[in-house]
Amino acid sequence: MSTPQSAPVTPASPISAESLRIEANRIRLSAMTMTHHAGLGHTGGDLSSADILATLYLGNILHVDPAHPGWPQRDRFIMSKGHCSGAFYSTLAFKGFFPREWLRTFMDPLAKLNGHPDRNKLPGVEANTGPLGHGLPIGAGAALAARMRGESWRVFVLVGDGELQEGSNWEAAMTAQHYGLDNLVVIVDRNRIQQGDFTERISRMEALPERWRAFGFAVAEVDGHDHAALRACLSALPHAAGKPSCIIAHTIKGKGVSFAENKPAWHHGVPTKEQLVLAAAELGVEAEL
Amino acid sequence: MAETDDRVCAVVNDSVSSTKLKNFSRRFPARFVNVGIAEQNMIGVGAGLANGGMVPYVCGASCFLTARAMEQIKVDLCYSNSNVKLCGMSSGMAYGQLGPTHHSIEDLAWTRILPNLAVIVPADALETARAMHFSLLHQGPTFLRISRLPVPAVHADDHPFALGKAPVLREGNDIALLANGVMVSRALDAADSLRALGIHARVLNMSSMKPMDEEAVLDAARTTRGILTAEEALAAGGLGGAVAEILALHHPAPMRILGVPGVFAPTGSAEFLLEHFGLTAPGIHNAALELLGEK
Repeated sequence: MSTPQSAPVTPASPISAESLRIEANRIRLSAMTMTHHAGLGHTGGDLSSADILATLYLGNILHVDPAHPGWPQRDRFIMSKGHCSGAFYSTLAFKGFFPREWLRTFMDPLAKLNGHPDRNKLPGVEANTGPLGHGLPIGAGAALAARMRGESWRVFVLVGDGELQEGSNWEAAMTAQHYGLDNLVVIVDRNRIQQGDFTERISRMEALPERWRAFGFAVAEVDGHDHAALRACLSALPHAAGKPSCIIAHTIKGKGVSFAENKPAWHHGVPTKEQLVLAAAELGVEAEL
Repeated sequence: MAETDDRVCAVVNDSVSSTKLKNFSRRFPARFVNVGIAEQNMIGVGAGLANGGMVPYVCGASCFLTARAMEQIKVDLCYSNSNVKLCGMSSGMAYGQLGPTHHSIEDLAWTRILPNLAVIVPADALETARAMHFSLLHQGPTFLRISRLPVPAVHADDHPFALGKAPVLREGNDIALLANGVMVSRALDAADSLRALGIHARVLNMSSMKPMDEEAVLDAARTTRGILTAEEALAAGGLGGAVAEILALHHPAPMRILGVPGVFAPTGSAEFLLEHFGLTAPGIHNAALELLGEK
């Protein structure tokens, strides 16, 4: 984490759902291009989470200031599904946390852009993630810190759906309920696919909303690719006073790129140059190869 | 500490009484977090509190605090370099008869290999207090390994705790006894009984497990006839292992490692088990004589 700095956050400016759609597709192609050059990456989850990330950062839901990443009163966003670093790094760069040129160094020797995020190397990263089930406990702690300090910052944690098979998530959910952390929101990227197969074939997740409700969360379900719906949902937090919020964002793994959509093999598929060109055409974004 | 610094908070895994935090929880309820029996979550909550500018003291029985949440300690605290203070209570074989599930004799090997983590094994009450105050000033994760066995005071009131320094508690150039935690007072007793035989043993308090005072270790290797380490932990990977690494690389010297050999302990009280494994003043005395070839 950067050293604390005192600076006002820039006021959120409105951005249209159509602009967000274009930004999200730019994040998608950027992540795929990074993965193509690195020869490694997690395309499927990058594509499923792009609209959520775009809405949070570029849609100005998060109170963050890229010029002052250590601003103490900032909202905390924790990318618990740290393997989707291609989309996360692209979002941070597009938001202005670091130069876009850095994206070209993804996983290069000695690069700041490790395969999984490192907060000590990259501005805007709140927690080192990668192993699953780490983000929500950290988020609960950061939400407790806000309460202890009498501050109004909020904590957003993006988790994968397969990630919820890690028990630590449910330990943290119990803490969040017990302390009534309504400054905490967990967003589930419910793309229904994990590394090996569809989630329901590996370890059944349903009934997921009921599980979160049973753990004391105010649960909302939303189309995770509908920017207007995402913004409406994320603008109405907390969804219930005294309760942590859970947003189950129904998404499609590989969203926006026909050959990757809903295919477990694209969990960590690496696109070829030809596939990048095809993806760019489908996303309506100019390729930068 | 909590009175003078409002960043100080405590996190526990239900173990309010065994961590001696009852009074803290009464005086500072808003800065006391009990996550229940959930160690992985407990470490993550600590990391999140530190992210939010607090200085959390995350306390639990050392066996569960370390083993149950090792990946969180590695990633959330050490790799992230989070300003979180771990207090591993009732370490070693303090839980005696409760058995190897509740012994924490692996924790030194596990923690001392982690980058960024300062590992401290205080020898008495005064040093524990000094180490606690030090931890608040220190930026970064720390692990305080705290025993529950009664030990005599081994330090004068003006003893300053300094990370990376191994205080010499007894001068001597025949053999060096390097000990930490509950073994320090036993090493001092052994030095007394050795002196009666005309053997002058140097005693070093290796409370700063990591970083370790390499210069003090090497000086002992250069100026005495052998090095004997003693710890209430597995003989592999802990204090003895760390000292052996230093000697092997820089100044090979005759050496013995006293600790629990690679076994799970049988049933017995903490005192019984320490005797069983020779982790006593006579045990140190005899091992020293063997090392010097006088037995």
